[in-house]
Amino acid sequence: MSIFLDKNSKVFVQGITGAEGSYHTGRMLAYGTNIVGGVTPGKGGQKTEHGLPVFNTVEECVAATGATHQCIFVPPAGAADALFEAYEAGVRFSVCITEGVPVHDMLRVVGATPGMRIIGPNCPGLISPGKSSIGIMPGHIFKEGNVGLISRSGTLTYEVVDGLTRAGLGQSTCVGIGGDPIIGTTFVDCLREFKNDPQTKAIVVCGEIGGSDEEDAAAFIKEHLAGTPIVAFIGGRNAPPGKSLGHAGAIISGGFGTPESKINAFRAAGVPVADRPSEIPKMLAERMAATV
Amino acid sequence: MNLMEYQGKELFRRSGIPVPRSQHCTTPDDVAAFIEKNPGKWVVKAQVLMGGRGKAGKIKFASSADEGRKVAQEIMATPMPPNRQNPNGEPIKSLLVEETLDVALEAYCAISVDRTTKKPAIIVTKFGGMDVEEVHEKHPESFSTFFVDTAIGYSPFIGRKLAFSTDLDAGYRKQFPAIVAGMYDLFFKYGAKLVEINPLILTKDGRVIAADAKVELDDDALFRHPEFKEWQTVLPLDEDESLATDAGLGIRNFRRFGGTVGTMANGAGLAMGTMDAVKNAGGEIANFLDVGGGANAERVRKCYELVVNHTNAKVFFINIFGGITRGDEVAKGIVEALNTTKSRKIPLVIRLTGTNEEEGRRILADAGMTPVETMDEGAKRAVELAAASA
Repeated sequence: MSIFLDKNSKVFVQGITGAEGSYHTGRMLAYGTNIVGGVTPGKGGQKTEHGLPVFNTVEECVAATGATHQCIFVPPAGAADALFEAYEAGVRFSVCITEGVPVHDMLRVVGATPGMRIIGPNCPGLISPGKSSIGIMPGHIFKEGNVGLISRSGTLTYEVVDGLTRAGLGQSTCVGIGGDPIIGTTFVDCLREFKNDPQTKAIVVCGEIGGSDEEDAAAFIKEHLAGTPIVAFIGGRNAPPGKSLGHAGAIISGGFGTPESKINAFRAAGVPVADRPSEIPKMLAERMAATV
Repeated sequence: MNLMEYQGKELFRRSGIPVPRSQHCTTPDDVAAFIEKNPGKWVVKAQVLMGGRGKAGKIKFASSADEGRKVAQEIMATPMPPNRQNPNGEPIKSLLVEETLDVALEAYCAISVDRTTKKPAIIVTKFGGMDVEEVHEKHPESFSTFFVDTAIGYSPFIGRKLAFSTDLDAGYRKQFPAIVAGMYDLFFKYGAKLVEINPLILTKDGRVIAADAKVELDDDALFRHPEFKEWQTVLPLDEDESLATDAGLGIRNFRRFGGTVGTMANGAGLAMGTMDAVKNAGGEIANFLDVGGGANAERVRKCYELVVNHTNAKVFFINIFGGITRGDEVAKGIVEALNTTKSRKIPLVIRLTGTNEEEGRRILADAGMTPVETMDEGAKRAVELAAASA
């Protein structure tokens, strides 16, 4: 299985003729992703350098190719529009790589697209190793297996995956959920999917300081995933002192967000927290061995 | 982008939120001239982004033109004193001269973006006029929050509900829903991340007035509101921030710590992980440096010079895990940096993997450099080299 994405998922790329869109389309194709076309308004009817058909609208693309999964590489001002266009055309899965999307655009999007699974924005995408990849993750460091991975950071995720793969621990699906204030898919959304995925036998949660996603994840694990081997990691524990976060934000989330709060929440849920990425594979392997 | 009080109040005015009568002044003479024309008791407030104006003596009262000039001079004579986040303080370039209010009660109201519910959150407490975090510690039960469904937007029942549930004094009730409507209007129209009124005052004669204004606009949405560009206040940068800007980095992408192992990585998460690895290997970190996503050769060269010229680094550990950043571009930058730089040369430890790692490694190999395999291995080698050259 794997979650969200498999070999048969038909992917189209919005902004396929742009520099990043074109480059990463090539890399996704090389990985084996079933990309069926792309959308660039005004370039409909052309072929990309990869030989894929280009359409003027998402509707045309979906009608002609049966595409179900959108990958967005458009500039920030057009990201919400791309999501709305896909929703209108019946697409219910989208990965938004774009960084710098206005917060209010995402507030509107998540409020007006019920039933649509959006990964990101400002994320590296997701990959079901050996099957398919949507986004910008370097495919060759992944290996098919039983570990589900969710992360808020980009490059730190690769570090963790690299360690897992070197230790022989393959992955079912890895999701980079993105670091923006409003994101389409949270840790809990992914954990719910992993819970029902027969391929996923263990989970790694890579959190960061700030927000309360990690605390929510810990609460979900305590309730629904008590027997599953899970290891967590919190990035940014030695973060250089930055400018303070908005007061109101801290009040809403009830004072959550500090590394201590996150570590304590995971420990209370029976989830060990690694001090460094390189410890994760061993900690996870031990827990996996204990549950067999 | 944070707005100053007078800017926030200008947006409040446009959105129908009652604010005190006021005049924005840039010199003590302007203050005196205004009070001359408008006799009465006025409060003169420094316009800065830093908090703690009252404690710093930057809010003073004046009842005559002469007194107005004198307190304005006093306020502007020295900058806001430094704190941990703003080690250089903040110069005072303008003042707000404002009507004094006969205060009966002070409340608090804010609209912000809630990550968990993915909705705008309206937060109210009847305890205003002090630091909201302090209120939250003392009276956590006093807060009421409403999460707005963006498809419906704001409706007056929300303001009524909040007023009742937080037990706002009856004097507020009639005007409160319209004030929150104005705040929500502002929040949406200008793409704000925070709209805060603290305190929201009930005067003895029954008026409800926003005595302060805190507005944070979304930098990512400023392209829709170019008119705010001229309002942008840049706090004086500290030395690390200036160096980062000069190297073409974001102000928060570089910070020095005084140790001997220089570091650079792509992505803040990996950059912090790299520092952890150096610490775990027993080394002292010279700096934090996030080169950012999609770094090209030119940026890498500038970062090399930044670390070599401006830190105590005796060795430079470069840790790149390519995603959107391409390994060949980084490798080209490293080689180019070494070939063209006039700066001193220090030993490099390079870890280069991910996107286009093979081309990157070939470019490095052609230049006589061998990258290490893992972050921990690189950290260990860097710490050894730093110790050897001490």
